[in-house]
Amino acid sequence: MTKNVLLTGVGGQGTILAAKMLTIGLMEHGFDVKMSEIHGMSQRGGDVISQVRYGEKVLSPIIEKGSADMIVAFEKMEALRAMPYLRPNGTVVVNDYEIPSMTVSTGLETYAKDVIDEIKKSAEKTFVVDATKLARELGNSKATNVILLGTIIKIMSLEDIDWETIIRNNVKEKFVDLNLKALKIGMDSVL
Amino acid sequence: MKKLLTGNEAIARGAYEAGVRHASAYPGTPSTEILENIAKYEEIYAEWAPNEKVAMESAIGASMAGVRSMASMKHVGVNVAADPIMTYAYMGVNGGTVLISADEPGMFSSQNEQDNRNYAKHGKFPMMEPADSQECLDMMKAAFDLSEEYNVLFMIRLVTRVCHSKSIVELGERKDVDVKSWEPNPMKYVALPAHARILRVEIEKRTEILREFSETCPYNRVEMNDKKIGIIASGPSYYYAKEVFGDEASYLKLGFTWPLPPKKITEFCNAVDEVYIVEEDDPYIEDFVRSLGFKPHGKDLFPPYGEMLPGILRKCLNGEELPRVEYAEDKVIKRPPTLCSGCPHRGFFYRLGKRKDIMISGDIGCYTLAAGPPYNAMNSCVCMGASFSVGHGAQQTFDRAGVNKRVVAVLGDSTFFHTGINSLLNTVYNKSRTISVILDNRITAMTGHQNNPGSGFTAKGEPAGEIQIEPLVRAMGIKHVRVVDPNDLDAVDKALDELIAIDEASVLITRWPCVLKKFSQEDIDEFEGMFSTKNFVNQEVCIGCRKCQKTGCPSLEFQDEKRKMLINPDTCVGCDVCMQVCPVQAIQKKK
Repeated sequence: MTKNVLLTGVGGQGTILAAKMLTIGLMEHGFDVKMSEIHGMSQRGGDVISQVRYGEKVLSPIIEKGSADMIVAFEKMEALRAMPYLRPNGTVVVNDYEIPSMTVSTGLETYAKDVIDEIKKSAEKTFVVDATKLARELGNSKATNVILLGTIIKIMSLEDIDWETIIRNNVKEKFVDLNLKALKIGMDSVL
Repeated sequence: MKKLLTGNEAIARGAYEAGVRHASAYPGTPSTEILENIAKYEEIYAEWAPNEKVAMESAIGASMAGVRSMASMKHVGVNVAADPIMTYAYMGVNGGTVLISADEPGMFSSQNEQDNRNYAKHGKFPMMEPADSQECLDMMKAAFDLSEEYNVLFMIRLVTRVCHSKSIVELGERKDVDVKSWEPNPMKYVALPAHARILRVEIEKRTEILREFSETCPYNRVEMNDKKIGIIASGPSYYYAKEVFGDEASYLKLGFTWPLPPKKITEFCNAVDEVYIVEEDDPYIEDFVRSLGFKPHGKDLFPPYGEMLPGILRKCLNGEELPRVEYAEDKVIKRPPTLCSGCPHRGFFYRLGKRKDIMISGDIGCYTLAAGPPYNAMNSCVCMGASFSVGHGAQQTFDRAGVNKRVVAVLGDSTFFHTGINSLLNTVYNKSRTISVILDNRITAMTGHQNNPGSGFTAKGEPAGEIQIEPLVRAMGIKHVRVVDPNDLDAVDKALDELIAIDEASVLITRWPCVLKKFSQEDIDEFEGMFSTKNFVNQEVCIGCRKCQKTGCPSLEFQDEKRKMLINPDTCVGCDVCMQVCPVQAIQKKK
């Protein structure tokens, strides 16, 4: 049975790197994996979606609407936007963090105050993580992505994989320690 | 060794393993990362060409001189390169040659959805369509061997989901391919009518041989299961179909798709009760199957546009969708892409968009975002390099029809080098009076910061001769040239005023680097102090008029409670554009 994890965020949040490390981990665990991304406009403030599929044999690299076992949102509005992908008994992991878009900052639209409540209404299980705040406390908001990676590793019970090596191989040397700490914080954020 | 690779990375790896020695490309989504990855191999000479035609011709020359060579481009790039491609397909190769066409069903970052499989049929050269990264690598290696064996250019057709999806790939070793000797052979290499007429006949013989190969090659394979339903699919559509039809249906998976194998298809269609053809874009396979006398399902059920994703197939087959959760759809805000904080295009388009009685002829790059709000400063965009020539045609017509309108045509530095130079020649030669603007941000930004002839570096990051735009346009005969810093709004206005007042062709060059660029020492020296300051709002002075937000900068946030502006200090890079717009000098600058 193929499992589907959809990671979504705003350009610059490190969504793609987190998805890549997750996919490598799953591969090293022995799963067949496919990962897909659409990033054409991501550097210009648009939304970024990475899709990770794993199982015994993965066919399509694309997650069908209504079939995501888990949505991992690096920004809370993006969780809401991705809801059509969630399967009815699926899980949402959401960073309690708001990035206003151009339409909001110029007053054309309003960013609803109750986005997290709305997510909880739709998803059977919701994990709210204050990942960006935790990352800032750690000294660098860019560690948000690895904190969230830690969170989903714990939720998916994938702690046995050698994540330390994967982080060492995929982030710049001077950020390795920061990211190892971030991974632990993310894992500890799940009770 | 197994590795997780995108299709583009696997194409690059395939080039390496196939013994390729020469690769040329022009960046374009979704093909860009192919050459970027090839450039990492020391064994391969890799270059960014100014456009796809030049890239293809470079590959042709390298093949003639005896090495395995390739050119990679997005689907619309093949239009630019079509001239050499169509004739090279007659000539045949010395070193094997492969053309990569990266198509975009769904048009994520493209202006059209053309199906380049038609090019293979049109030009009579063989084509393969990989479905995943492993096939990308395998088919690259096969294509180079076959290109030499059958003496013909090969095309590999990718689509976005193959280019940008990662899957597990088994890596191999690099094949040692010697440089072949070059011998003059006018019959083969000089495309004179007398030669071409002979080659034209030979092509038909070659096609028959290739058709036989298509019948027996391992890339066109049958998976026989239940015989009620038979699926014919190519590329990733095979996987999409399998998600929906499962293991019960039978499959003819086509990987070698020009020439298509009539016997194999006939056998398959006869063996199953009902045939479904799952393919993206045109009914390319379907038309062929129909020509064999069968009546398959295909575009009668599935749309002739967009991707054939499992959800779409399911819905078209029986109206079914997977159950979904209900959610507050009305609360989802839009998140359109915007020009970045500090983007050098902002100041220019902010002022250009305010002008009346002009037509703005646009082009392809980040600056196409100026077509939308708040700038609304672009009236046309056709294809790479078109802004100057479309603008010229419009200006000539306005002038002859007595319409009081001046045309301001805009394009970026890389687009100017691509095909804008030819267009500007036409403007000068045919005495137009358009104002041609070159937005020089010192890099090819849109596709992710590739070097170009004006950036001073090669694809491998080595220092290179830097084409100077100003002397170049002067040498072309443009008498009126201005160079401005686009962040200086008064300078932009002054230059536009002056050039619009002149009744001859003119060029305005805006020169400031892309904020996301990796800066060279030359950039640091030339653009002293760039992006090293911040702007901030003195909220005691701010009157909450929001005029600054008309610049469209994402760093500007309006605080509803206070009715005051705030500049996000994390993202502001101090371009000063908003500071010049503020009517009460509430926006200031700090180091």
